[in-house]
Amino acid sequence: MRALTWHGKHDVRVDTVDDPEILNPRDAIIKVTSTAICGSDLHLYDGYIPTMQAGDILGHEFMGEVVETGPKSTLKKGQRVVVPFTIACGSCYHCGKHQYSACDNANPADNQDIAQTLYGQPMSGLFGYSHMTGGYAGGQAEYVRVPFSDVGPIVIPDGIDDDKVLFLSDILPTGWQAAEFAQIEPGDTVAVWGCGPVGLFCVQSAFLMGAERVIAIDHFPRRLELAAKFGAETLNFEESKTYEALMQMTGGIGPDACIDAVGLEAHGLFVDNVWDQIKVSTFTGTDRTHSIRQAIIACRKGGRVSMPAVYGGFVDKFPLGAFMEKGLTLKTGQTHVQHYLPGLLAAIMEGKIDTTFLISHRMALSEAPEGYKIFHDHQNDVTKVVLKPGLDRVAA
Amino acid sequence: MADLRDDAPITTSKRSDRIIDATENLLEAKGHSLVGRSVTINRPRAELYAYWRDFTKLPSFMDNVERVDVVDDRTSHWVVKAPGGKTAEWDAVITEERPDELIAWASTEGADVPNSGRIDFRDAGDRGTVVTATILYDPPAGFIGKVIAKMFQREPAIQARRDLRRFKQLMETGEIATAARTHKQLKEEIA
Repeated sequence: MRALTWHGKHDVRVDTVDDPEILNPRDAIIKVTSTAICGSDLHLYDGYIPTMQAGDILGHEFMGEVVETGPKSTLKKGQRVVVPFTIACGSCYHCGKHQYSACDNANPADNQDIAQTLYGQPMSGLFGYSHMTGGYAGGQAEYVRVPFSDVGPIVIPDGIDDDKVLFLSDILPTGWQAAEFAQIEPGDTVAVWGCGPVGLFCVQSAFLMGAERVIAIDHFPRRLELAAKFGAETLNFEESKTYEALMQMTGGIGPDACIDAVGLEAHGLFVDNVWDQIKVSTFTGTDRTHSIRQAIIACRKGGRVSMPAVYGGFVDKFPLGAFMEKGLTLKTGQTHVQHYLPGLLAAIMEGKIDTTFLISHRMALSEAPEGYKIFHDHQNDVTKVVLKPGLDRVAA
Repeated sequence: MADLRDDAPITTSKRSDRIIDATENLLEAKGHSLVGRSVTINRPRAELYAYWRDFTKLPSFMDNVERVDVVDDRTSHWVVKAPGGKTAEWDAVITEERPDELIAWASTEGADVPNSGRIDFRDAGDRGTVVTATILYDPPAGFIGKVIAKMFQREPAIQARRDLRRFKQLMETGEIATAARTHKQLKEEIA
């Protein structure tokens, strides 16, 4: 089959590799019909995530048709499914508590060593996201082996277009969970750093959860425009001073809840950012963290900070004093996708949540390297790239 | 000097002389390197004990064990992968056994890797069972052997940690997680 493989910083290629096979009883093989490039794939593209190996197949947002099932899979051939990016067994203590991204068993035993050393305990496996999270082949491919297929994939009713449901695989539940973690109360003002796909879903989710105002922060006009469409007030940090603006917009109180949907590649010319960049490039630090620092400083006393943004390692100059003195709450984590799927699918079917507005580019799988390049270089216009392996088949 | 002893497991001690205590209290001593590791498994104690007690099944989750032959009620013969494509072999005798609770063993004279240990099964309420492995062993050919073994990841401490994870996966999910994509890759992984 053809698959998008990682070979190093800014080097991804479409290669021919062996087709996946059923290896365990609960496996299924999915023929991919749609697969997206995620903002967090750009962290891999930019070489920020350790434990990548040349030839790794990327992609963790995908859906498709069931073409083969193991004896213990509950799926049936021909069903259309969206596959969560978090792989979870459904039988361990954490899965029992619906903490699917903390699954004990989905990360292969040998790979768990890396995360155990770095984080204290290993997390679940993820598709296409380095060997620390399992080394699983990802979804930017024609076919994918999906382990624990009786737990993860959600069956999509006929007649619902791929574009409407594809983002159930990651970014929609990620945005929703982030808003839920912000513990929004009616009347709240919520500030969202980053209007990429996750940030935009945070905006939608926050309003659905009763926020009175949402302030969306970014520097790409196109993305701020999309946030405004959902009713957010916009703050362009290249135009305005973020902290000062937030304080004035909230009558000197600060936002009740702050959501960092930017993560370890925060942009902008800030002193701490430049310092972080120097440290990253000299291997003396890892994560660039301007947005989370700013969120903590801006947040009102006793407020909530939610962090769907991806961080991988250690940070410098974390404003621990502000965090403690103001009595803030911070909630974060990889998304427990499986927990949110039924509710969010229903919300899509009822028309309460729209996800199709995001897709700016649809490309063939063979064009994936170009997709990465434009997503990376033109973040204003390229809001989301969806790869359609079927387009290659038509061309061939 | 004040007595700094605490309630932590003896296998986590920073002081090497405490290992001597371990050998006295826990095991019949067959070796000088001590490994301790616990895992909580969301299954009943009796089920886990029964699976483990059938030694012929152990290679299903112990990647470095080629096979275990049961000689009699108390004696088993172990064939284990060693660095460089070789194998190490020994006979092990059960030194203590309490159904659903404890299996302790020691290798007999002439073992390639002298070792002894115990597997404890303890109720963990809603969370299932805590399985604790305590293993005492002599690494092959002393220090150099240990370095080489570590390079090839046949180091008993690494193996014990991974084997317990695989045991948990097998008992909780009915399978052992793998990121392999094809049967060929899976075979190479286990080899």
